[in-house]
Amino acid sequence: MGFEFNEKVIDHFENPRNVGELEDADIVETVGSPVCGDMLTLYIKLKDGKVNDVKFKTFGCGAAIATSSLFTELIKGKTIEEALKVTSDVVVDVIGGLPEKKVHCSLLAPDAFKQAIEKYKEKQ
Amino acid sequence: MTSEIDRIYLDNSATTAVDRKVINAMLPFFDVKYGNASSLHSFGKEATDALESSRRKVATAVGAMPKEVYFTAGGTESNNIALQGVMLKNKSRGNHIITSSIEHPAVLETCEFLETIGFEVTYLPVDKMGIVSLDDLDGAMTDKTVLVSIMHANNEVGTIQPIREIGALSHEHGALFHTDAVQSFGKIPIDVEYNNIDLLSISGHKVHGPKGIGALYVREGTPIQPIIYGGGHERGLRSSTENIPGIVGFGKACELISTHLDKDIISMTKLRDSLIKEILDSVPKTKLNGHPTKRLCNNVNISFEAVEGEALVLSLDRTGIAASTGSACSSKNFTASHVLLSMKIPDIMALGSLRFSLSRYNTQDEISYILDKIPPMVQRLRDMSSLWKEE
Ligand SMILES: Cc1ncc(COP(=O)(O)O)c(C=O)c1O
Ligand code: FES
Repeated sequence: MGFEFNEKVIDHFENPRNVGELEDADIVETVGSPVCGDMLTLYIKLKDGKVNDVKFKTFGCGAAIATSSLFTELIKGKTIEEALKVTSDVVVDVIGGLPEKKVHCSLLAPDAFKQAIEKYKEKQ
Repeated sequence: MTSEIDRIYLDNSATTAVDRKVINAMLPFFDVKYGNASSLHSFGKEATDALESSRRKVATAVGAMPKEVYFTAGGTESNNIALQGVMLKNKSRGNHIITSSIEHPAVLETCEFLETIGFEVTYLPVDKMGIVSLDDLDGAMTDKTVLVSIMHANNEVGTIQPIREIGALSHEHGALFHTDAVQSFGKIPIDVEYNNIDLLSISGHKVHGPKGIGALYVREGTPIQPIIYGGGHERGLRSSTENIPGIVGFGKACELISTHLDKDIISMTKLRDSLIKEILDSVPKTKLNGHPTKRLCNNVNISFEAVEGEALVLSLDRTGIAASTGSACSSKNFTASHVLLSMKIPDIMALGSLRFSLSRYNTQDEISYILDKIPPMVQRLRDMSSLWKEE
């Protein structure tokens, strides 16, 4: 095996963007569970139909940390519709590829966002 | 020695560096003394001499007779021959094998295969420290029990089983006793007589020998049949032209164990205990997995609450420290290791397990370097963790 991460993945792992919590978040959404091993919480602040601010915390592997970091960077400032188009495929592509076995780690953040928006719309 | 350390290897339960003396012993057998031990000419004689001299060294290291030692391609093959070879040979005596739930896959998967062809297997549970209970073993014995296979020491948590008592109990019930000593060999003195062992698996690459070579000790008179057929090498138990360079290297590694072991145990134990104590003291919400004293002298296995093991291994790797984790994440069914789960370690802890495994080459300087790196590294991951709650 061995870690086969490119420099961009390592950079996002070592210097993750937007880590933490947002006290005035409009939506807080958690996906995964400690039992299945991966867990991620997204804190989202919306303004004028846009992602005004977003932060994350994760109990996950290096790839989960790196891809979640990149995802938050990609959706910040985008409209909800645009942000929903940032799928895990997009994240993997922008980060420059992941080893096959680590691709699933990139699902966490987009899944959390999608789920968050669905719940938010239901409430509206 | 701080920043100039380039890499620190603390994954010796996975594999070890080959000792220089071992390499030098092996070299002539590649291009000078490269004969086939079955040949009649002088090349063959050189190979045979090297083969038998290595066999004596392996035998000495475990207190056996040379004729009871069979060379194999490693620990996995030794375990396979022991389990399949004994069960297939003794069908008329019974069909039951007893093992534990924390064995290496080389034993567990072999048992699962044996189940598919009609044998019955009992997987004994372990306690929180990873120890098999003699009462459970006694209770699992039936008149159909042919073989008990319990590892000497566990590869993940380092827990040492009471093999002498397990061997004695097996014999009381007329069963044979096999032990996977791949991890304990070179870390605990082993004597097959004293420990009541009928079959024992060891491997070269875990003891500063080469990869792809191992041995199976089979007590004289033990009914066993081969699982590989061919030219009848290794007295018919393991056909295939002998891997003479590997065997010579393994023999040399065993000789070094026989002379070094006491000293190695003392130095590794000291480093192990300092690592354990300092990590537990300096990082909160941290727990030692396995037994505090019935433990391999080279094993440290610690769980860091709310930290994912693989992220920690990656962080360590980035600072040049090689370690491993008991958690392996695979799509959709991420689980902690079967060993930690058998020991009923809670998920949140089991997923954050980290294993350091030492060798006789590690130094106090290396340990101090690691102890400097760990606390901030764990804190960084905890600050990011959705499971971490600061008190
Ligand atoms: C306890 C135990 N048994 C068996 C093996 C397999 O040994 P080998 O790699 O020589 O096949 C290992 C190695 O990982 C081990 O730790
Ligand atoms: S989060 Fe599970 S392997 Fe990456």
